[in-house]
Amino acid sequence: MQHHQSKLETVLRALALTLVVLFFMFPIFWILLMSLQTNETILRVPPSVVFEPTLANYKGIITGRLETSAASLEINFLGNLWNSIFLSVTSVTLALVLGVPAAYAFARLKFKGSEDIAFTLLSFRFAPPLLVLLPLTLYFQQMGLADTYIGLIWVYQLICLPLILWIVRGYFEDISPDIENAYRIAGHSWFATFRKIALPLAGPGIAAAGLLAFIFAWNNFIFALVLASADKQPVTVGALAFITASGIQYGQIAAAVIMSITPTLALALYAQKYLVEGLSLGAVKG
Amino acid sequence: MSDSVNSNTKRKRRLISRRALPYVLSLPALLVCAGILVPFVTAIYYSLQRYRMSQPWAREMNWGENYVKFFSDSDFWNTLSVSLQYAFLTVGFELLLGLGVALLLVRRTRVNNIISILLLMPLMTAPALAALMWKLMTNPGFGILNYFLTLVGIEDFKWGASPSSALFTVVLVDIWVYTPFIMILLLAGLRSLPTQPFEAAALDGVPRWQQFYRITLPMLMPYLLTAALFRLLESIQQFDIIYAMTQGGPGDTLTVFQVEAYLNFFQSTNVGRSAALLMVLWAITFFISNIFIKNWLRLRERARGET
Repeated sequence: MQHHQSKLETVLRALALTLVVLFFMFPIFWILLMSLQTNETILRVPPSVVFEPTLANYKGIITGRLETSAASLEINFLGNLWNSIFLSVTSVTLALVLGVPAAYAFARLKFKGSEDIAFTLLSFRFAPPLLVLLPLTLYFQQMGLADTYIGLIWVYQLICLPLILWIVRGYFEDISPDIENAYRIAGHSWFATFRKIALPLAGPGIAAAGLLAFIFAWNNFIFALVLASADKQPVTVGALAFITASGIQYGQIAAAVIMSITPTLALALYAQKYLVEGLSLGAVKG
Repeated sequence: MSDSVNSNTKRKRRLISRRALPYVLSLPALLVCAGILVPFVTAIYYSLQRYRMSQPWAREMNWGENYVKFFSDSDFWNTLSVSLQYAFLTVGFELLLGLGVALLLVRRTRVNNIISILLLMPLMTAPALAALMWKLMTNPGFGILNYFLTLVGIEDFKWGASPSSALFTVVLVDIWVYTPFIMILLLAGLRSLPTQPFEAAALDGVPRWQQFYRITLPMLMPYLLTAALFRLLESIQQFDIIYAMTQGGPGDTLTVFQVEAYLNFFQSTNVGRSAALLMVLWAITFFISNIFIKNWLRLRERARGET
């Protein structure tokens, strides 16, 4: 779509893009600034971007002590952070171990009912999460899985597995089976073919799916809100409780938010190419 | 002799394992299916009961009564109306804005690439945390957005705290988080369009805005449709942003389906009504998701055919 631009158009485009960047970047920028301020400078009127930056808010979160003018308060936001890391990493690992071979089976070994299973999974990927969660809470109480990491990791499979299955399956389908067939005719077992040929070829797809699954798991809110008590909660739920606990310690809240969103943002920037591919739902190959 | 028998049984075993292999491999997927289907069926069962956790003795089947009651239940109509308003407002604005931004970024320049990467950041922010960020920015005491509003002469704007602006506030957060998603999809779509029709049109002297309406828009339609349906599907189920921002309040201003069902289940412990609400929501999403999946698969086939 090449065309010549008039000067006016160039200026208007630049202006529009500036506004877009401002709208989408400003909240992150502002919360970052807040996290580096004391409550006194946050509450200044009019607000100003000139202040002496302090890491006291982060220090408070890391040491677990929140010093207010009235009293000092115990907080455990690092525990939430650890829960987020632990739940996301284990859930995605499990989903990859279970999901990639299954995706291979769906793509290569067309079998009876495979389409039905794939579609059931896909259409329930879009079902309201509470529809599954609310009955599950009652089941989990009976099974002793309520408020356990195992129960949570299991439920997180509902997010991670369908995502991995569908994205990775698409990648396997895109690879021509000829190489694999040739390798098999040379006398190698099914498993060796899968490991030595199919897996490396689908590597980028598996990375994209894993990355996306990690971010979805990390950002999930409703599962842990319903199923986890305070000591098992990830940051998304923990931050909400933190607000109630810390009251008016706005700098600390901002610091907690920044610490919670940094991992996914860093991952996204680091691997944005994979991410865009995964997000395009396989609808477009970029 | 014994050798041939041996290899025979070996082959037989191999044949069996070959046939069982796909099922073994897809077992986890099957288990997840079961893990979803069992609670799902349970939810249907609950929805046909009078079931309050606070009154276990009164629990009994009342068949369709929970659903029939919805017709004369103004809270239900409020839920339906708020959910639809939220879904259509967010998706409408996100489509317009996403298309606009994608058009601005379509040329692969250095600056455009950097901007499109930066715009991923809101999308990677957990929606619940995004709501908290906006809550901090709209705080009546020190919110920077309130300060900006006073600069243009608007005092005391209440954002999420007032019934008249609560919907606007959560829609704004949704737009902030999800517009980049639509932008990414449309950008990929725009960049995959063939260049010939545009060259031909330019040669014929067709004005640019006409090129947009006559060529770009129709060719982009499958992408727009896919993006719109996908977002509609998620938006009608929105929970995180609304719950983190206002918990469905003030009053019942923002009690969309999932928020209302959550409050019904945990606060008024009315399991039957909660399940029935979710079944209604499920019926809506099932309808949309069927159209979406068909569209999406067609788009995927086409993208494959081109590569």
